[in-house]
Amino acid sequence: MMPTGYFLDHLWLIPLFPLATAALMLLAGRRLPKAGVSVLCVGSVGFSFIYAAGAVRQLLSAEPEHRVAQQILFEWLTPGPMQMTGGHAIRFVADWGFLLDPLSCVMVLVVTGVGFLIHVYSVGYMAHEGGYYRFFGYMNLFMFAMLTLVLANNMLLMFVGWEGVGLCSYLLIGFYFLKKSASDAGKKAFIVNRIGDAGFILGILLTAVTLGAIRFTSQGLPDAEGASGILQALKAAVEAHALASGAPVLTGIALLLFVGAIGKSAQIPLYVWLPDAMEGPTPVSALIHAATMVTAGVYMVARMNPIYRLSPFAMDVVAVVGVVTAIFAASMALVQNDIKKVLAYSTISQLGYMFLALGVGAFAAGIFHLMTHAFFKALLFLGAGSVIHAISGEQDVHKMGGLWDKIPITAKTFFVATLAIAGIPPLAGFFSKDEILWRAFEKHPALWFVGFVTAGMTAFYMFRLVFLTFFGYSRADEHVEKHVHESPPTMTVPLIILAALSVIGGWSGSARFEKFLEPVLSRAGAETEAVSAAQQATTMEYVLMLASIAIATGGIWLAYQFYRTKRIAPELVASKWPLVYKLLFHKYYVDEIYDAMVVNRTKDLGSALGVFDARVIDGAGVDGAGWLARFGSTLSMWWDKWIIDGLLNLGAKMMQLFSYPVRYLQTGLFSSYAMLILVGLVVLLAYYGHHVQVLLRSVR
Amino acid sequence: MLPIGHYLFLSLALFIIGVIGVVTRRNVIVVLMSIELILNAVNINLVAFSRLYGDVAGQVFALFIIADAAAEAAVGLGIIIAFFRNRETVLADEMDLLKW
Repeated sequence: MMPTGYFLDHLWLIPLFPLATAALMLLAGRRLPKAGVSVLCVGSVGFSFIYAAGAVRQLLSAEPEHRVAQQILFEWLTPGPMQMTGGHAIRFVADWGFLLDPLSCVMVLVVTGVGFLIHVYSVGYMAHEGGYYRFFGYMNLFMFAMLTLVLANNMLLMFVGWEGVGLCSYLLIGFYFLKKSASDAGKKAFIVNRIGDAGFILGILLTAVTLGAIRFTSQGLPDAEGASGILQALKAAVEAHALASGAPVLTGIALLLFVGAIGKSAQIPLYVWLPDAMEGPTPVSALIHAATMVTAGVYMVARMNPIYRLSPFAMDVVAVVGVVTAIFAASMALVQNDIKKVLAYSTISQLGYMFLALGVGAFAAGIFHLMTHAFFKALLFLGAGSVIHAISGEQDVHKMGGLWDKIPITAKTFFVATLAIAGIPPLAGFFSKDEILWRAFEKHPALWFVGFVTAGMTAFYMFRLVFLTFFGYSRADEHVEKHVHESPPTMTVPLIILAALSVIGGWSGSARFEKFLEPVLSRAGAETEAVSAAQQATTMEYVLMLASIAIATGGIWLAYQFYRTKRIAPELVASKWPLVYKLLFHKYYVDEIYDAMVVNRTKDLGSALGVFDARVIDGAGVDGAGWLARFGSTLSMWWDKWIIDGLLNLGAKMMQLFSYPVRYLQTGLFSSYAMLILVGLVVLLAYYGHHVQVLLRSVR
Repeated sequence: MLPIGHYLFLSLALFIIGVIGVVTRRNVIVVLMSIELILNAVNINLVAFSRLYGDVAGQVFALFIIADAAAEAAVGLGIIIAFFRNRETVLADEMDLLKW
């Protein structure tokens, strides 16, 4: 029995609400009052959330194996039949269609739910900022693009959303575009993402050519659309022995798509844009650069899991890139002084965890961590925004301190989120992170060990942040100190709700979560090895669980010693290993290396091409052509002047010459003319006189 | 009735006086008056021959010429006045703009 209902029939309205208000804001927002902007923009996201929740509810009323709703608005691109490698032809169709299955359920609820809370928060946070309507217009445009991305039923439409969120990310990072660093950061994010997107496009093309399908699945469509889904095409190809597990073309697709994920989800080596993206307003960092957009890569890889499952090599690549990114980013977060930068590196690190989960085949665990991370990381960013708001825009943790009693709601909710990300039970982060670590251990203990160390580092740098920000003596200026205030309710209420979600978000348990996602995430191949194993906790799992609680506690204890009791002076540690400290503080000089290796080389290439353009194209080509044209026209002018005009002038000159003697007859005096007439008459009469006589005689 | 030769003589005399006046006088008004003389010489000729042959057509011609002379005198004097207003002269040898 296919699920039906009002909300499922109106899936297309979910992205349409924010699109409508975004269009209104960007076209006429300047003329609307602030209250109107707030109501419209927050309301439209609220409606999206209501419709999304309704649709999910109606989907869940069906049996697990039937939980797919697919709705095609119209066919968008319909190239002709394509000849397949197997010999049969398939018509590949890209439609403007929406797909709701358990995986997109999770995504759409996270995006609209967390998105709604962040919109509410923004009403308070952006209240005194210029460009209020512009901010909300971009935010709503982002919501539209993100919802298109997660609801798309094919790769091409997903790519539309993918590019849309990239555009909005660029616009919002550069929201304070008069600040050079902000506009530079926007450009950096956009350009770095282009590199990833190139991989994504190639991946889509290779999928279309290989499988003849870019729809994710044909489930939920009329039977006539039979094999129009990637899943079905893949199954058919495997059954016909056209493709086997580990086929090079599948590895190629998987790796190309992963390049796209690396760009969007800020993994090594394309993570460099995310720390700089903190130039945007803090709600933007929370929504786009923590909770939703950066997780699009994770979602995409999970969505393409049938292909990844058939390519063990690509899975290994994903796992290794993920875990290396996790520890690499965490190590940089240890020494950062900007509260938002710490959170940015933390985000990169947590995204690394998610890719680790995907890479070891624990797709559900990755999505589970995506969801819990969206809760607590959005909360951390919003909390950081509230702190920054309270102390007049200061972001350096060394100029904070002692804020615990002054902004109690912000401090307490921030503390909850910190416990959650550190992996303290029973908060959300514990369940998801623990599941990932265990599944990594099953794959290879080395993966587990790196993730385990990262967990300790995470606990350390997060508590360092908490101790420096909220405890100890205030290190702020006196007049900043006087103005410290708790944020308005529009900001604190979302904090409280997110704090509640950060606590209970993991309580469903990873096993139940995995069962919920099972129809999407384990229907490709025969191997569903881990699913049954995941349901029975082994002794090993408990040991690992205790170990990760221990290392998290250890990290917290260390941070306590460093920054609370000051029994260990951070400066002393730093001076003991100056090289390590410098390396970490300067973020491994990756930006500098990229500048030297790529950016400046690209600029050199640009100037070389510029010189080529000036010398060869402009110099030899354009100027040469100009010189030739001028030379030709000079010749032509000479011909015109001396030959054509010369002939005419010659005629005129001759005429002048011949007329010269005659002109003296024309005196202008009428008496002389009269004289001439008279003389002429006399001459005529004298000459023809006898004729006149004859004439007269004949008359007579 | 006087013989035709007398009329012709008078007519010829008037004509020659008129032509001399047109060709030699500087004042344009006098030139106009001389033209009137020429026209009247023609008139005398026409009327004389009309009588001689008993054909009234010649006298009709003479009447038309008289009317024409009146019109011509009016137009000519108008031109002279207009010219005088522009150049402050009525002397023919100063009217020499229409030349090469």
